[in-house]
Amino acid sequence: MKINWFTVIAQVINFLILVWLLKRFLYKPILNAIDEREKKIISQLKDAEAKEEKAEKEKVEFKQKNDTFDLEKKELMDKTIAETNVQRQKLLDEARTEANKLSSKLEETSKENRKKLNQEIAKKTQQEVFAIARKTLADLASVSLEEQSVNIFVKRIEELTEEEKKKFIEAFKATSKPILIQSTFELPHKQQIEIKKSIQEILGAKTHFEFKTAPELISGIELMANGYKLAWSISEYLDSMEKDISEILKEKSKEKTEKKPETKTKHDVKEDTDEKIEPKKKVVFEKKAESEKK
Amino acid sequence: MKLSPDETVFWQHGFITINLTIVTTWILMLLLAVASWVITRKLKKGIHISRWQSMLEIIIITIKNQIKEIGLNKPEEYIGFIGTLFLFIAVANLCIIFPWYQPPTGSLSTTVALAICVFMAVPFFGIEKSGVLGYLKSYLQPTFIMLPFNLISEISRTIALAVRLFGNIMSGGMIVAILLTITPFIFPIVMNALGLLTGMVQAYIFSILATVYIAAAVQESG
Repeated sequence: MKINWFTVIAQVINFLILVWLLKRFLYKPILNAIDEREKKIISQLKDAEAKEEKAEKEKVEFKQKNDTFDLEKKELMDKTIAETNVQRQKLLDEARTEANKLSSKLEETSKENRKKLNQEIAKKTQQEVFAIARKTLADLASVSLEEQSVNIFVKRIEELTEEEKKKFIEAFKATSKPILIQSTFELPHKQQIEIKKSIQEILGAKTHFEFKTAPELISGIELMANGYKLAWSISEYLDSMEKDISEILKEKSKEKTEKKPETKTKHDVKEDTDEKIEPKKKVVFEKKAESEKK
Repeated sequence: MKLSPDETVFWQHGFITINLTIVTTWILMLLLAVASWVITRKLKKGIHISRWQSMLEIIIITIKNQIKEIGLNKPEEYIGFIGTLFLFIAVANLCIIFPWYQPPTGSLSTTVALAICVFMAVPFFGIEKSGVLGYLKSYLQPTFIMLPFNLISEISRTIALAVRLFGNIMSGGMIVAILLTITPFIFPIVMNALGLLTGMVQAYIFSILATVYIAAAVQESG
């Protein structure tokens, strides 16, 4: 249990050297490494924290943006839907108007067609009626009827007013040509004498007569003397009748276009045509009656 | 029977003696220094580190924390001295697992040398911290009457440090040696294992006490 003082001194020196060595090779590098690592970790943590904060901020921002976007989307959607509805309504209205226009046009066209047809029918009917009447009268213009018509003609000459008589006399005096008397049929001698007699009564002098037949007069008789004309025939009646009828028709159609009824059912149209046709008939019959009367 | 490795002398010239204690110390110093150099040569400063580096870091951080726990606020300043004390004693004691190894801490000369180092370190750190006068004042605390007692305590605790370490380690070795002659097989192994534990405990006690003394000097003067 001795203490070797040299050993003690040597060990003290050894220990101090070891302290220096370990400080140099162990503690310093290790502590530095630890410090650096800690710093690095801290900085990384800070970075991470900053990033997290940033991410959080961005998240909030994005959320807000998303919300805004959603809201805008919804608004746009609503707006679009509303606009679409309005547009749809507009288009529908337009289509409806167009359809109405088209249908009214169609109706108008058909009405026009119908009118035309009606007019055609009326015209045809009219023509037909006149043709029949003309034919019937032509057929019926028997001698007895011709006689009757001559009688009426004579009666008419006798019933001439003073003024007319005067005009007739003047016309007669101005020419030396014989008085021309046309008729659809050849006048029998008896009637010729009757006519001559009545004219001579008016003129108060003897004169020459020329008798001619003219089938276009249709059961009628005509007296011509130097531009003066005295006539009676069914044909004349028919002409004036036709004129009257077409005038009435014109007036009627004019009235119709002015009134222009908006919608008409088939029923109405039918009634309309009935109305149109009936007056013609009426007129024809009236004229017929009138002519018969005369 | 040799009680101390001091008695195994390799070379002597007058006062200068190269004995087993010194040689073993040199070998341990070489071992510690080379191992440190090899490991810290390729230190990594990133997150991923080698296993050896990790082991060293654990040891050093533990020492650092211990110093801090005792009350020294800047362990980096004291780790060089206290850490070396611990590592040297611990390694010297752990090496008893090698056959024919005689720990240098089993020599009173070594323990005395270490105790003297602590004895010198206490005023060194005290003066470094608060100047010569500041340090000397600490001997007059709480009153000047306490001066002789303070001085006695200073010397006696140094001697106690030296003798405690020497006695524990030397006795451990002695017990194993004696037991080998009586029961040469299993029992010495158990005692050797116990010796490892004792060695670690002694290394811990020695360095902790040194830390306490230094801390006391630094805090009193501060």
